[in-house]
Amino acid sequence: MSDLTTLPRLLQRNARELGSRPAIREKDRGIWQTWTWREYHDQVRDLALGLAALGFRRGDRLSVIGDNRPRLYWGQVAAQCLGGVPVPVYQDSIAKELAFVWNHAEASVILAEDQEQVDKILGLRAELPALRLVVYDDARGMSGYRYDWLKSYDELQERGRSFATEHPGYFEAEIEKGRPDDVAIISYTSGTTGSPKGAMITHANAVGVAESFRQVSRLTPEDTSLAYLPMAWAGDSVYTLFASLVVGFCANCPESPETVQRDLRELGPSTLLAPPRIWENMLTAVQVRATDSTSLKRRTFEYFRAAAERAEILRTEGKPVPPGLRLATALGEFFVYGPVRDQLGLRRTKWVLTGGAPLGPDTFRFFRSIGVNLKQVYGSTETTGLVSLQPDREANPSTAGRPVSGVEVRIGDRGEVLVKGCAVFKGYFRNDEATREVLDPDGWFHTGDAGFIDPQGHLVIIDRAKDVGALAEGTPFAPQFIENKLKFSPYIREAVAFGHEKPCVAAMVAIDPATVGNWAERRGIPYTSYMDLSQKAEVRELIRVEIRRANQTLPEATRIRRFLLLTKDLEADDAEMTRTRKVRRRYVADKYAAVIAALYGGADEVELSTGITYEDGRQATIQSRVRIEDVEEVATRV
Amino acid sequence: MSAQLEISEVSKSFGGVQAVSRVSLEVRPGEILSVIGPNGAGKTTLLNMISGFYHPDSGRLTLEGTDISHSAPSRVAELGVARTFQNIALFRGMTVLDNLMLGRHVRMKAGVLASFVYWGLAQREEVAHRRRVEDIIDFLRIQDLRRRPTGSLAYGLQKRVELGRALALDPKILLLDEPMGGCNHEEKEDMARFILDVNQEWGTTIILIEHDMGVVMDISDRVAVLDMGQKIADGSPDEVRANPQVIKAYLGDAKSVANGGQRV
Repeated sequence: MSDLTTLPRLLQRNARELGSRPAIREKDRGIWQTWTWREYHDQVRDLALGLAALGFRRGDRLSVIGDNRPRLYWGQVAAQCLGGVPVPVYQDSIAKELAFVWNHAEASVILAEDQEQVDKILGLRAELPALRLVVYDDARGMSGYRYDWLKSYDELQERGRSFATEHPGYFEAEIEKGRPDDVAIISYTSGTTGSPKGAMITHANAVGVAESFRQVSRLTPEDTSLAYLPMAWAGDSVYTLFASLVVGFCANCPESPETVQRDLRELGPSTLLAPPRIWENMLTAVQVRATDSTSLKRRTFEYFRAAAERAEILRTEGKPVPPGLRLATALGEFFVYGPVRDQLGLRRTKWVLTGGAPLGPDTFRFFRSIGVNLKQVYGSTETTGLVSLQPDREANPSTAGRPVSGVEVRIGDRGEVLVKGCAVFKGYFRNDEATREVLDPDGWFHTGDAGFIDPQGHLVIIDRAKDVGALAEGTPFAPQFIENKLKFSPYIREAVAFGHEKPCVAAMVAIDPATVGNWAERRGIPYTSYMDLSQKAEVRELIRVEIRRANQTLPEATRIRRFLLLTKDLEADDAEMTRTRKVRRRYVADKYAAVIAALYGGADEVELSTGITYEDGRQATIQSRVRIEDVEEVATRV
Repeated sequence: MSAQLEISEVSKSFGGVQAVSRVSLEVRPGEILSVIGPNGAGKTTLLNMISGFYHPDSGRLTLEGTDISHSAPSRVAELGVARTFQNIALFRGMTVLDNLMLGRHVRMKAGVLASFVYWGLAQREEVAHRRRVEDIIDFLRIQDLRRRPTGSLAYGLQKRVELGRALALDPKILLLDEPMGGCNHEEKEDMARFILDVNQEWGTTIILIEHDMGVVMDISDRVAVLDMGQKIADGSPDEVRANPQVIKAYLGDAKSVANGGQRV
């Protein structure tokens, strides 16, 4: 075990010991195609040698852009085998963001999925002096492209095979040179302020965290996962690259982003990692289908769902479940829970994880009650995606779980969560100043999250530490905490709460066009567009009721008093959110300064002019008048 | 370069209306040829004659040396000419996959009896055809629609499936009758991209009828202009754009043509 300190060495071990076991699958031409660990190894080797033949050297950066494809994962491992560093980027980034990352990382090679991605690179070619080689996977539509710096994946592997005959042992020797503290990946964080920062994650981080993850999650080579989250997100690197290599389990790439739900059901993986949004969508889908079905089926579903929730609540409170309820849930397992899990593709899961943002308690309880072992995980790019995880019997919607082995957590000044141990990254690439801000000399990483450790020993996260402010009269104010309460409503997609140094809390709300649209249709309320829908009196009333409900779970002082409905959703393309959908608070406060002034100025209406950015980078401005609503407090129900 | 499809002096009239009158046109292998003209100029009639739906009153159509002037549509399809229709011709109740498999019917060899038994030839054949259909599904990026009934799809997607059905025939020549009619801007861009890709990837010759001048001028190698059943011009997009007769007959005033040719 002692020499298994880098990912390429783990690949060699897997090829040797798990050679004929499935390593990665991709659904292609309607069929799941499988590659064994031996084939995975050979693919990586040929690719790596092809890169070597074209001058890729130790320390060089290789970027990948595209959907989750085995070849793009192999490209990353190939770079690691040569001592290079993969830099995955978000394929939906706009040109300016891509140019920044590629230039900052000085990527000399980019592995692109298809023509669409190559076209983006072509458009930026003049701005990327360090770029020497672009490799594409899917040759479709590429026959007319003739540049000496552009090669197909197959061409590159061909070069690799001839290079192998000229330089026998080169590949193995390069792997041998790898050290645990070499950088394994640079993961650019989308950052809520300023330009992206490249977090350097070493092989020791990768292997250490994957090992802790394996222990706490009981992962074995028999396990399967679905690789559908963006490759540029550290969570996917940890799960699909690091953990798969360390444990030897099989990762599965869906056919296309549109087929994920169907592919998930076909595959029935044993583990699944999904952000809250996906769980919410699944629950909504179940509810919509229940509503649309016959009354007998609907009532059966409602009855057993309620029974399951009562039982789940008793279980979490540590109380015994009465025999009648136990019988009901046993029947429910047969008639409802099992089939629902099957429909969702969760039938074979031994656990599933949610992380990145808080998940509504109702959603959380629903999945647990139907027998899905849903647990919360907490981590960030700088902590190799994993700080804490809920053990099997301690799952609950409000904590982030226990720190995993090899990771220490303590609470610093202003309640900031500090982390130390094998998960903590090496620093930001070419940004020592930013590194010094978050990494102190004793090795503690300052997460920027405010939280505390509960009596049970679980970490609880409240908000971003820098966002925690105070109302004018002094009550502490945590915007994200309030926003999350709002976002637990199925009708609210995004919310931004204001209140720092203000007399009261006010919020801008973006409705969820799918659920609100459906709601409006069922009530025969006609609408033409998102903007139109968001300004309907009935919709404003609907949201007012939702806000009142959220208010009841908030302390008196921080209840939302006024709100308005935005005429468009907050978008990463408009720089209002990060690619991982976190609100860029300062930017939003500037952009909507007039709106905020109106919220506190007592006006009934405000002129809202929003700039929108199309996917190709063009910009437009939309003018509209937006109503501002008061949430008059109803007498609190007793 | 010799012509793949030679249309010489074809005429067609319906009652007293002369729809197409002595039109000659050479279609070269691997090119994208657009046929444009005002409504009623005879474009669709010409396409119908190529695909065998109509037979010319006089004149000849020769496909790679074979006279197809009087061949049945099924025969023309077997020879490698596929078409899409202006008003989508799919089985609305059938899935996308089944519609595409049906598109390969002409290429299936197993008889009714063999298909009934299924083992052996029929099974091997089905697998091979399915593979080809999956290539097309991948090509057109409709993996998520495989099992959806075509009738439930958005119009632009139906147009895409319609193209897929024609491609399932493995055509040498693809006739596209207003593939972008009724599509929005984004759907048009997608369709233009698919047409170019079909042409590049598989070397398929494409004969296109389209009203959107921007698209026609962008993607065509050659443009033929019909007016009142007669061919009045034939050449590269630039030549056609500059042809005074074309400007007069079809494109309206000279200014809009110079501006890149918006739809009239």
